[in-house]
Amino acid sequence: MYFNEEFETLPREAIEALQLKRLKALVRRVQDKVPFYRESLGKAGVCADDVNSLSDLTKLPFTYKQDMRDSYPYNLFAAPMEDIVRIHASSGTTGKPTVVGYTRNDIDVWSELMARSFVAAGVHKGDIIHNSYGYGLFTGGLGAHYGAERLGASVIPMSGGNTKKQIMIMQDFGSTVLTCTPSYSLFMAEAAREEGIDFRDLKLKVGIFGAEPWSEGMRADIEQKLNLSAVDIYGLSEIMGPGVAIECCEAKKGLHIWEDHFIPEIINPETGEVLKPGEKGELVITTITKEGIPLIRYRTRDITSITYEPCVCGRTHARIARMSGRSDDMLIIRGVNVFPSQIESILMGVEGVEPHYQLIIDRQESLDTLEVQVEVDEAIFSDEVKHLQALAHRIEKQIKEMLGVTCHVKLVEPKSITRSEGKAKRVIDNRLKA
Amino acid sequence: MQVEQISVFIENKSGRLAEVTRILGEAGINIRTLSLADTSDFGILRLIVDDTEKAKGVLKERGFTVSKTEVVAVEIPDRPGGLAGLLEVLDAELINVEYMYAFVERNAQNAVMIFRFDETAKAISALCAKNFTVLNGEKLYNL
Repeated sequence: MYFNEEFETLPREAIEALQLKRLKALVRRVQDKVPFYRESLGKAGVCADDVNSLSDLTKLPFTYKQDMRDSYPYNLFAAPMEDIVRIHASSGTTGKPTVVGYTRNDIDVWSELMARSFVAAGVHKGDIIHNSYGYGLFTGGLGAHYGAERLGASVIPMSGGNTKKQIMIMQDFGSTVLTCTPSYSLFMAEAAREEGIDFRDLKLKVGIFGAEPWSEGMRADIEQKLNLSAVDIYGLSEIMGPGVAIECCEAKKGLHIWEDHFIPEIINPETGEVLKPGEKGELVITTITKEGIPLIRYRTRDITSITYEPCVCGRTHARIARMSGRSDDMLIIRGVNVFPSQIESILMGVEGVEPHYQLIIDRQESLDTLEVQVEVDEAIFSDEVKHLQALAHRIEKQIKEMLGVTCHVKLVEPKSITRSEGKAKRVIDNRLKA
Repeated sequence: MQVEQISVFIENKSGRLAEVTRILGEAGINIRTLSLADTSDFGILRLIVDDTEKAKGVLKERGFTVSKTEVVAVEIPDRPGGLAGLLEVLDAELINVEYMYAFVERNAQNAVMIFRFDETAKAISALCAKNFTVLNGEKLYNL
């Protein structure tokens, strides 16, 4: 089953011809409309006329997340504000989010790609989609919502939180599809069990999970506990939002990336060199049809590999492997992007606190937990418990306010954070061990 | 009129208290009294020893976070209502007790309590005015 059979099964040569045509138009467009690209393409000494084959893509410079931050809020937009119909922003990055704008056509494309993703995951018209992705600045909620409507399925715009109500609605409304983060699905299943409700008795048959890294072990756990087919979805707000790539329910072996709208490359994150299919490296995406904020060779920092091998589902679009990590130190905690450096700068801002810290990320009762261990030295030590507790709470509050993530601050003895070769190991992520 | 107390930050895990007392023992330091305040994550060990500076030095050398605090040692009549009488004096002056613990004194008619007040000087003068005996450090370290 396809949503757009013609485009989803385009022969390789046709995909590449379309990509080249769109890439040339993109380069011309950004050169014309975005001062940032006029400058960076100028520096690289290339213009649209130099792009004559897809391999010419490597002549183009990369775009980094920092470039988006430096262009806050609208400087990378290629369309005038009167054509922008929606603005989203990515979760916390040193106070300022990364802003993206969509034209009506961008929303249209996004809706279609999300609808294609739903169908690939095994969702049909007539399904009742329980959408627990957050609605708001985060692209998850509205992205999935528009795709569901485009498909013609019934969508319940739940957003996140209020687990009891989620369970009641899922039970009473007969939801057949669940969209949320993988960890929240397990959390809901456990909360339901405490209420005496077995998720396996619900009508759910497909779960579309993304916005945080998860393992095959977790997939098996979810499929067993929720009695549904769990499918991995990939997306990021810089590129579009959810629906950039999705596993097909037929194979569940790699995520099809919609190549008529995105050109993926896998590069060595150190050297920038393009790697061969099958080789692991950083995913780089060029958005060839976007109008609001098109990006050339955007460094996603996600580590994966790509294959162009035919897939049993019949889709001709390349598949990327499930994300196996990041080429930077970004952590995704309950769907929120967190860099250790952000926590460090918050700690440095608390009077007397030295940057001797360690982040322990775990999954308890299927929700991500973040523990921030802070070494207590004489500058912050007090002989009174209440002062130390107040300090811990103040740090917790600041991290919550600035990064939007709940954490537990644990005060530890000096030098108790393991230092190897004089350098402290800042992050211990226990989530992917399971 | 004040007494020196050292406070040591201790993580809430096994063996830490033993470690502190062992370090002090090996350095020939005698613990006069102690109290431990604890939370789920950490504890604060408060000690009065016969050589405050030396104790602070050896603990810091071994990587502990240590601070010195002035506390007040007061003799309390060892009979029913003894402590209540003292606390009433403080209450009347609106002085808060941050924490307190008992001092183990041998062969005496009076008990000795260690206090940390929010307003130390005011507390001492209020207690002296009501004829409570506030002990000085020298006397206490060598009891």
